[in-house]
Amino acid sequence: MAADMHAHSELHAQSLEHDAHAHHGHHDDHEHHESFVSKYIFSMDHKMISRQFLITAVIMAVVAMVMSIIFRLQLAWPGEKFAFINAVMGDKWGPDGVLDPNAYMALVTIHGTIMVFMVLTGGLSGTFSNLLIPYQIGARDMASGFMNMLSYWFFFLSSATMTISLFIEDGAASGGWTVYPPLSALEKAMPGSGLGMTLWLVSMSFFIVSSLLGGLNYIITILNMRTKGMKMTRLPLTIWAFFVTAILGVLSFPVLFSCALLLIFDRSFGTSFYLSDIYIGGEALSQSGGSPILFEHLFWFLGHPEVYIIILPALGLTSEVISVNARKPIFGYRAMITSILAIGFLSFIVWGHHMYVTGMNPFLGSVFTFTTLLIAIPSAVKAFNYITTLWKGNIQFTPGMLFAIALVSTFITGGVTGIILADSALDINIHDTYFVVAHFHIVMGVSAIFGMLAGVYHWFPKLFLRHMNKNLGYLHFWLTFISAYGVFFPMHFLGLAGVPRRYYTNMEFPLFHNLQDINVLITVFAILGALAQIIFLFNFFYSIFRGTKSSQNPYGANTLEWTTPMANIHGNWPGALPEVHRWAYDYSKPGEEADFIPQTVPLRDGEEDGGGHH
Amino acid sequence: MKFVIYFILILAAAAIWQLVRVVELSAKLKGVDPNKVTDKDNKLNSRLMFLFMIFLWIFSLWCLFNYKDRLLPVSASEHGIDIDWLLNFNMIIIWIVFLVTNSLLFIMAWKYYGRSDRKAAYFAHNNKLEMLWTGVPAIVLFVIIFMGIRLWNRTLEPADSKVRIVEVYAKQFSFTARYSGDDNKLGKANYRLIMDANVLGLDSSDVAGHDDVIISDTLFIPVNEEVNFRFRSQDVIHSAYFPHFRAQMNMVPGMETFFHFKPVVTTEEMRKITGNPEFDYVLLCNKICGAAHYNMQIKIVVGTKEQYEAFMNRHTEFLPAEKTAQVK
Ligand code: HEM
Ligand SMILES: [Cu+2]
Ligand SMILES: [Cu+2]
Repeated sequence: MAADMHAHSELHAQSLEHDAHAHHGHHDDHEHHESFVSKYIFSMDHKMISRQFLITAVIMAVVAMVMSIIFRLQLAWPGEKFAFINAVMGDKWGPDGVLDPNAYMALVTIHGTIMVFMVLTGGLSGTFSNLLIPYQIGARDMASGFMNMLSYWFFFLSSATMTISLFIEDGAASGGWTVYPPLSALEKAMPGSGLGMTLWLVSMSFFIVSSLLGGLNYIITILNMRTKGMKMTRLPLTIWAFFVTAILGVLSFPVLFSCALLLIFDRSFGTSFYLSDIYIGGEALSQSGGSPILFEHLFWFLGHPEVYIIILPALGLTSEVISVNARKPIFGYRAMITSILAIGFLSFIVWGHHMYVTGMNPFLGSVFTFTTLLIAIPSAVKAFNYITTLWKGNIQFTPGMLFAIALVSTFITGGVTGIILADSALDINIHDTYFVVAHFHIVMGVSAIFGMLAGVYHWFPKLFLRHMNKNLGYLHFWLTFISAYGVFFPMHFLGLAGVPRRYYTNMEFPLFHNLQDINVLITVFAILGALAQIIFLFNFFYSIFRGTKSSQNPYGANTLEWTTPMANIHGNWPGALPEVHRWAYDYSKPGEEADFIPQTVPLRDGEEDGGGHH
Repeated sequence: MKFVIYFILILAAAAIWQLVRVVELSAKLKGVDPNKVTDKDNKLNSRLMFLFMIFLWIFSLWCLFNYKDRLLPVSASEHGIDIDWLLNFNMIIIWIVFLVTNSLLFIMAWKYYGRSDRKAAYFAHNNKLEMLWTGVPAIVLFVIIFMGIRLWNRTLEPADSKVRIVEVYAKQFSFTARYSGDDNKLGKANYRLIMDANVLGLDSSDVAGHDDVIISDTLFIPVNEEVNFRFRSQDVIHSAYFPHFRAQMNMVPGMETFFHFKPVVTTEEMRKITGNPEFDYVLLCNKICGAAHYNMQIKIVVGTKEQYEAFMNRHTEFLPAEKTAQVK
């Protein structure tokens, strides 16, 4: 069966190759006539689209980061006046430099939304799936360049709408990035639930369209357009990760769409999917019979897969970066694929762990505890496989490699606290506290950002044909790594002391007064971390234009993207498509002169493929 | 002033820029790629990895020892004692895993830094090892799952009908308590009956409600007696969080939710335990619910049975004006 499928897809790949080839020749002739608009704006080229995603995501990340500094200032020194806050927020939301409580809520909400969706979903998958799928499977471009272009422009619309929503009269959506109704449904519940929330929903709808267009394209491209010899079991783990990620997205984003659609109905057309028995603003609402719990189920049916949509690509990038720079095959290639598939499957049956204290049936809670803890097994396998890949390696500490190793560290540190949260009995007391904030920032936020940065440093030569500055990269890395732990590790203790998340200040409770120095420590590290990102931004934009030119295969890597010339040409390879003869991980193979063997090198007589032995 | 700061920032950026250029140009003149990683870089970063491991140990353990006395005091509820035990048990496991696996990672990074005269080992997979680290986590997790589920089911078992029922009612941004009186039955309520004088929307035609007692400034519960809380909300989702009692339940409009527990430490006793004569238990809102979410609370007092009765005698039963009118 598997062999069948394989033969089939190979045929497919061949015929596509022919098409693409003819197509390509045609393009070559016309390359010079390309207009500015079709080259830089409405481009259908996967490499340009990748860069568009990346630069948009970098800008959005800066916006979200500045927000976090503002609310961290408020948490560390509540009520203190900061000229910075007044300068950024204006007199309405930051009068005299003190942050307004409603503005605090809006900042937290939009910070979370931008980071989760725009930066770590759109930005991460959009950049690297687009860049690496055609490159690493040996295709001339995505299956549909047009859909791909639409995917970016919907993403752009979504980001722009979210940003615009910050500037409206009543403020942006402020009900938390999870936008639970009735809070998010009723304007009377908070000002941000008016136009701000409408724009949030519009933005998310664009985002879902973008994500689906992108995801379908990735899946089809990977299934149908692999070059000759690129069996599924020869794919680099990056592609496996993008593949499963895209499937998760295609299966779960439509559910988020229905979830949002019903909310739109409740907000604008008087339906009561999520609303019942509500008295607010001096008035009993007519809606009855709905349930906010329904929203939570729909939301987390996307929401949990979503966290893996974020982390899997980061892990995929890391697999590749670690293997290349350790100069060793990734340890347990098949186990890694199995783990990715297991995580992908399990991620659909654990969503209830976000809802243990919603009054759910205790039996159901038990089931979710069981499935959730199962996910820790494939996660552990991945972590151990990374560590073993480093063992006896010849590690090249590029900035990308440093970030990849750091990802493994934060993935472990954040993963173990998941074990506590997954335990329904223990979650009772820490649900919605800073313990959760610590957990998901470390395991998802920090890890995925590290994966993304590892990818940017490592593949910068393929993105912009140049290198980023190494020494600035080192400085950026070490400051970032230290501040990441400095910010998020102490948060666990706030949570264990009972501090709820999404509080404008903790000073209203004598219970929390003696924890204020922890908040100060966290904010100091947050500021340090933000300053470190200035180094990155400088390095990034400087290197795009002035960085040193890269050679064709600067790291001695095996995958196909490094067989393309150092020029961004249509169709990626000037001649025929490369043919693949081996897996992607023949590094430091015994009896070989060089410490890498590109996938295009035929197997020798009697040589076994795929690192197999015994 | 501002101008000076901007000026300095711009100068600093320009200086870095120039520095980067000088280093890159001089390397180019020497004919090497300035951004290629050298053996020296590898050595430096591998040592920093080792130092980072030490930093992580010190920092994490410093947090633990420095903050542990500021965490929640011993559990004031019966089931909470079991929760704390299980939490500590799991914490020990994850602290070990956290320290050991991170250390392994950083030690590998420190030890196997790249040298141009070395070659890495070719080690692509090993079934025994992979079984080991699938199997061991699986076994540990099964223990954790088993103990967790057992405690969870014990904690959330529906309460006996004889257990005293107390309602906690939420609205933006306050809690109100309603005691069920001698009949241990809460009177019916309907959100359409809500008005200024009847915040909970009580239905005065239900006799079960006539002995209900409404108190909005304190939640008083007697020690060593199970109490079954019923939660309702008027507007948005709130969450009743009793950190000292290791209890939490969402309060959802249109729904009734429950949580029952037995307080075992009085406020007086907890004041002694914490060494804080001003200590008070508190119920706080733990689900984002609007601008004043950060200040939605009600004081909880745990007292002896006598204190409880004295407290209740000071409060009157539910006899709203409109009800008295109706009865007449
Ligand atoms: C070892 C595997 C993991 C387990 C057992 C686990 C478990 C949990 C549980 C039970 C919660 C809910 C806690 C609560 O709200 O009270 C949670 C929250 C969360 N987790 Fe994980 N997790 C794991 C890995 C991950 C990964 C890999 C990511 C992301 C890539 C992630 C991201 C999140 C996020 C974003 C939340 C918070 C959502 C919110 O309420 O805003 N987790 N996790
Ligand atoms: Cu989840
Ligand atoms: Cu509330």
